[in-house]
Amino acid sequence: MQSNKLYSAIFAAGITLILACLMIGVKLDTEGTQLAVRGATAEQWTWIGLGVGLVFLSQLFSAQIDAFFGKLPKPQLGKLLPEERKRATLKPWLIAALIVGMIIWPFMVSRGSVDLATLTLIYIMLGLGLNIVVGLAGLLDLGFVAFYAVGAYTYALLSMYFGLSFWVCLPISAGLAALFGFILGFPVLRLRGDYLAIVTLGFGEIIRILLNNWTAVTNGPSGISGIAKPTLFGLEFTRRAKGEDAQTFHDFMGISYSSSYKVIFLYLIAVLLVCVVVYVINRLMRMPIGRAWEALREDEIACRSLGLNRTAIKLSAFTIGASTAGFAGAFFSARQGFISPESFIFIESAIILAIVVLGGMGSQVGVILAAIVMTILPELAREFAEYRMLMFGLLMVIMMRWRPEGLVPMKRPHLELKQ
Amino acid sequence: MTESFLYLIQQLINGLTIGSTYALIAIGYTMVYGIIGMINFAHGEIYMIGSYVTFIVIAGLLGMGLVSLPIILIVALIVAVIIASTYGWTVERVAYRPLRGSNRLIPLISAIGMSIFLQNYVVLAQGSRDVALPPQITGGWTFGDPSVFEVSFSYMQALIWIATFATMSALTLFISRSRMGRACRACSEDLGMTNLLGIDTNRTIALTFIIGAALAAVAGLLLGLYYGVVNPFIGFIAGLKAFTAAVLGGIGSIPGAVLGGLILGVTEALTSAYFPSEYKDVVSFGLLVLILLFRPSGLLGKPEVEKV
Repeated sequence: MQSNKLYSAIFAAGITLILACLMIGVKLDTEGTQLAVRGATAEQWTWIGLGVGLVFLSQLFSAQIDAFFGKLPKPQLGKLLPEERKRATLKPWLIAALIVGMIIWPFMVSRGSVDLATLTLIYIMLGLGLNIVVGLAGLLDLGFVAFYAVGAYTYALLSMYFGLSFWVCLPISAGLAALFGFILGFPVLRLRGDYLAIVTLGFGEIIRILLNNWTAVTNGPSGISGIAKPTLFGLEFTRRAKGEDAQTFHDFMGISYSSSYKVIFLYLIAVLLVCVVVYVINRLMRMPIGRAWEALREDEIACRSLGLNRTAIKLSAFTIGASTAGFAGAFFSARQGFISPESFIFIESAIILAIVVLGGMGSQVGVILAAIVMTILPELAREFAEYRMLMFGLLMVIMMRWRPEGLVPMKRPHLELKQ
Repeated sequence: MTESFLYLIQQLINGLTIGSTYALIAIGYTMVYGIIGMINFAHGEIYMIGSYVTFIVIAGLLGMGLVSLPIILIVALIVAVIIASTYGWTVERVAYRPLRGSNRLIPLISAIGMSIFLQNYVVLAQGSRDVALPPQITGGWTFGDPSVFEVSFSYMQALIWIATFATMSALTLFISRSRMGRACRACSEDLGMTNLLGIDTNRTIALTFIIGAALAAVAGLLLGLYYGVVNPFIGFIAGLKAFTAAVLGGIGSIPGAVLGGLILGVTEALTSAYFPSEYKDVVSFGLLVLILLFRPSGLLGKPEVEKV
C-alpha cells in the first residue's frame, strides 16, 4: 500500500515537473528578428521546485490529509439563524431595512465607493439574468455578454441618432435583447444542451465582430462616447442644462452643484433596477413557468411525458435571461457614457458565469453575494490583477469538484409538517 | 484559364490547408464527445500549448547551433506531442474524471474553467504578446500563366497536407486494427457494457484525451510554422472553429470531423476571398447554426437516440 502511494506520488510529481519545465521554465523572447529562448530565473525554479514538492507530498499523504479535513467540524450555519417561523415574520422587516440601508448608504461614503457599488449592482443584474438561464433552466449560455452588448448599444445608438431618453430606451433595450435571445434560441434550444454552449459562444463572437466592423453605425473599435446620462423626470445632473427648456437638478432644488449627485443618482437607479429584477425573478420562480424551468433541468424526458413543451419553456428562460442582460446593458452605457466592443469580450461572459457558479446555481442570495465578492475582491487586490482570470478559471474547476451546488445552495420554497 | 478561375484554385488550396489542420483539432473534440458525451473546452488551449512548445524547441535548437531542418522539425514534433499529451492527460485527470457521472452541466463548466485557467497560465508564463518565428520552410511550386494569375503552392502547404494525411492514416489504422483502438470503439458504443466486459474504461478515456491532444499538438506545430506567430489566445478561436467542424461533419464520427474541417476551411477561404475578411468568422458560425437547424446530426453523424 505504502509503496503504491509512493509510486503514484513520484508519478504525479514527475508529471508536474514535465508540465512546468517547458512552460514556466523557459520563456520565448524576441531578439531583433530572431527568436530566442531564455531560461527561467532562480526564483522561478524555486517556485517550480516548491510546486513539485507540494504535489509529491500531497499525493503521498493524501489519506492523512483527507482524514484531517474530515475531522474538522463543519460550520453549522443553520443553528445561527433563528427558527423557521420566526424567520418568516422577520423577513419583510429585514428586506425593508436592507433597502433603506442601501438608499441611505451612498450619502455617507466616498464617491469612489458609490461608483464601485454601482458596478457591483450591474454585475448583480447580469448574474441574476444568467442565473435564470444556467441555474434554473440548466442551459449553459457562454455568450451572455452578447445580450449585454445589444442592450448597451441599443441605448447608445437610440440616444445618439434619435435623442431618446434613458427611461424610454430601457424597455426598448431589454426588448431588443430578448428578441435576439428569441431568434438565437429558437433553432438551437431544440437540441441538446452542449450545442447551446458552443452556439452562444459563437454568437458572442459574432456580435463583437459585427460591432467592431460595422463602422458606419457603431463607429467600430473606437466606440461611442458622450452617451446621455439618465434624467430625473427631465431634470439633468450636469452643471448647465443642455436643452432649451431643460432644467438641472441643483437649480430645481435650489442647492449648489456637486458632481457626486450624479453618481448617487446613478447608484439609486441601479438599486431600483436590481430590486425590480430580484422581485420579478422571485415571482417567476414561484410561478408554474419557474417550476417548469427547474423540472426541465432535472429531467427532460419526464417533463415531456407530462406534456410540457420543452422548447417553449427553454425559450422563455433564455429570453427572460437575455432581457435582463439588455436591461443591465442599457444602464451600463448610461453610466459609463462611453462604450466600445472591448467591453463585451468573452472574458466578461466567463466572469458572469463564474459569479453564478460560485454563488450557487439557482440561488438568488448566492448570486448576489458572489457578485459582490467578485467585483470587490479584484479592487482590493489590485497588485494581483494579472492573476485574476487564472484564479477565476481555477475557482470554476475547484467549485465543480468540491461544491458544485455553490457557496449558498438554492433552497426551494417548501412546507414542512409540524410534529 | 481565366484569372478568376486561377484565383479560385488558389483559394481552394489555401482553404484545404487550413481545413486539414481544423480537421486534426476537430478529431480531438469528436473522439472525446463520442466516448463521454462532453465538449472538452480546453482542447483549443492544448493546441495553443502545442504551438508554444514547438516554438520553444525550434528556437532552442536554433540557438544551440543546430541547422538541419528535418531533425529540428522531428524533435519539435516529438517534444510537442509529448508535452501536449501530458497536458491533455492531466486536464482529464484533474478536471473531468472526478466529475464523471454527475449532471452534464458540471463537467462542462469545469472544462470552461480549465480553458480559462490554461490560457491565463500561458499568459503569465510566456507573456500575452505575439511571438513571431521567422519562416523555416520557404519556397514552393507555382503554376499558371504569370501574366494572368500565378497559383502558388508552397512547400509548407505541401508539408501540412502530407503530415495531416499521414496522421489521419495512422489514426485510422490505430482505431480500426489495434486492441486499444477496439476498446475505444467499444467505449463509444456503450461505456457501461464495455466496463462490464473487463476493459479499463478510465484508461481508455485517458487514452482518448492523449490521442486528441497529440493530434492537436501536430496541428499546433503545422499552423505555428504556417502562420509564424503564436499568442496565448489562438486556442480559443481555433477551438471554436474545430468544434464547428466536428459538428458540421457529425460529432462522434472521425471521418465526419475530417470532412467538416475541410468544408469549413474552404468556406472560410472563399469568404475571405470574395467578402471582407473580418466576416469569415461570422460566416463559419452562421454555418454552424444552419447545420444545427436543418441537420443537427451533422453530415455523417448518426441521429441521436434518447435513452430513459
